Amino acid sequence: MIYRENGQFKTSYGADQQIFPIAQDRWAVLAIIAFAFIGVPLLADEYMFRAILIPFLILSLAALGVNLLVGYCGQITLGAGAFMAIGAYAAYNFLIRIDGMPLLGALILGGLTSAAMGILFGIPSLRVRGLYLAVATLAAQFFWDWAFLRIKWFTNDSSSGSVSVSNLDFFGWTIDAPAEKYLFCLGMLVVFGLLAKNMTRASIGRQWMAIRDMDVAAEVIGIRPMWAKLSAFAVSSFFVGVAGAMWGFVHLGSWEPAAFSVDRSFQLLFMVIIGGLGSIVGSFFGAAFIVILPIFLNQMLPALGGLFGVSISTAAVSHAELIIFGVLIVFFLIVEPHGLARLWATSKEKLRLWPFPH
Amino acid sequence: MAFFLETLIGGLMAGMLYALVALGFVLIFKASGVFNFAQGAMVLFAALAMARFSEWFNAALGGDSLLLANILAFIASGGVMFVVAWVIERLALRNLVNQEGATLLMATLGITYVLEGVGQTIFGSEIYAIDVGMPKEPVMMFENLFEGGILINKEDFIAALIAAALVAGLSLFFQKTSTGRALRAVADDHQAALSIGIPLNRIWVIVWCVAGIVALVAGIIWGSKLGVQFSLATVALRALPVVILGGLTSVPGAIIGGLIIGVGEKLSEVYLGPYVGGGIEIWFAYMLALVFLLFRPQGLFGEKIIDRV
Repeated sequence: MIYRENGQFKTSYGADQQIFPIAQDRWAVLAIIAFAFIGVPLLADEYMFRAILIPFLILSLAALGVNLLVGYCGQITLGAGAFMAIGAYAAYNFLIRIDGMPLLGALILGGLTSAAMGILFGIPSLRVRGLYLAVATLAAQFFWDWAFLRIKWFTNDSSSGSVSVSNLDFFGWTIDAPAEKYLFCLGMLVVFGLLAKNMTRASIGRQWMAIRDMDVAAEVIGIRPMWAKLSAFAVSSFFVGVAGAMWGFVHLGSWEPAAFSVDRSFQLLFMVIIGGLGSIVGSFFGAAFIVILPIFLNQMLPALGGLFGVSISTAAVSHAELIIFGVLIVFFLIVEPHGLARLWATSKEKLRLWPFPH
Repeated sequence: MAFFLETLIGGLMAGMLYALVALGFVLIFKASGVFNFAQGAMVLFAALAMARFSEWFNAALGGDSLLLANILAFIASGGVMFVVAWVIERLALRNLVNQEGATLLMATLGITYVLEGVGQTIFGSEIYAIDVGMPKEPVMMFENLFEGGILINKEDFIAALIAAALVAGLSLFFQKTSTGRALRAVADDHQAALSIGIPLNRIWVIVWCVAGIVALVAGIIWGSKLGVQFSLATVALRALPVVILGGLTSVPGAIIGGLIIGVGEKLSEVYLGPYVGGGIEIWFAYMLALVFLLFRPQGLFGEKIIDRV
């Protein structure tokens, strides 16, 4: 009843091509963004910001980048964690080695460095594909894990290998309170989300999708596979790199190479697949699912045990967490292999017809 | 020269151990197109089962026959792996038929978490030892050829022999038995295999069982070498370059790939490592595999990839 587009006529090409062609969608998204900017900082407490909201925003950005590559261009990557690390360490080096480097400049330069490395490690995609490529991208992961651990120059010769960034200054705005960090991450995410959405609607995104659907056929109709694949690697690594830099700078503050291990890569791929391949909104769903589920399980299981009068040891809780997490992932893949985004689309479709489905 | 040979032989034997894990990947990929990331967790699970069963049986038998306890433990662990295979096929894979490779890959990652959690819940999460009577002491060989001879680890040598025997047995199983023929048929084409009456589900259970047994053998060998602990699951990550180097669909490829990676790792660590700070063996294997892939995208022995529009 409420969600219906009767009477919304499109009278110009601009109206036909807008991101949210249905007025209700447009208003809902604007309302969500407004709520995120104004309502959430008023309501959330510090724990919410630190443990859930900031990680969610930053990992959404990273998942967005991975989704551009895996979901839109069809190149499976297991090396996303390495590109986060490259972004973080490159931004760190730009920040401390160049005097007066602004925060935004360091983040962007970190992203660009990551993009350059993405192109380099994307070259195998011109020859190999599918699972072979997935394993090949692990090379990037292990190489950079090693490099940031062993090559002291990257970590500014710090003895423990951990680096830290303080005094985040965004054009005169000092970001230190959790709410400020949240707003900064949210702002970045909105800008990058819009960028990603528009890219997928533009020529470059269509090229990626053509390559994903069948690269030989795409080549036949005149799409250059090299350009399309490498641009996907570059853009994706840029997103992931910026997210990595933000993860280091804003969320962690000080970090070690272990923060961007292969588990992080798996986690990002999980987000994309659970959220929905080839869907912008899916990246957010996936990130929310993967960030919140472990915290939820961690809080719930001892409480649940207490309910039945069983006290569960921490080791048992962590094992149970693993089991439930694994089971839920397999369950979701079986029930909805196209991810949460598909569930979302189906429910929207149902809502359009409600309450008269026939 | 003697040192070089020693490194080379050490690499070859390490390679056989990698090949053992890689074999599990190849078996499952060949028959069901699933890239089984859970192989490492299966190795850990099997090794945990073996270590604990052996301990329990040994205690039950009064500790006078380690051999008997080990044999019983092997049978029991094999049974456990059969149950694991059946459950995985029944609950996960059967419902994921015809999904994309990436989805299946993620599903096996989910299975990895479950196996790690269940394994540690049932069998405990400490470090256990597997004692199957493998000789630990190194031996000197070729003392008449080189000055000082070549130091060879007897344990590695026996492990390599077991791996070789396993591969030979599996090849025979694939080539000569009717089940093996059915497996190869399924690997070639699921639908065609179904249409001539091969029960797909049963074949998958069998394949996962065989992979489970391979994981058990790998788990015993790796476990008695390193001790049974959580890090055993990461052995899978060491074996991945072996798999893509040899080709995802080729059993001999897993062996040859394992040997190449093993030798490459050891030689690079010894001759290249000191210049760049050491610890390079983990990524060197991947880089080696990557370079091979640039020239042969399907791996050394994989089926040639032909694209049609």
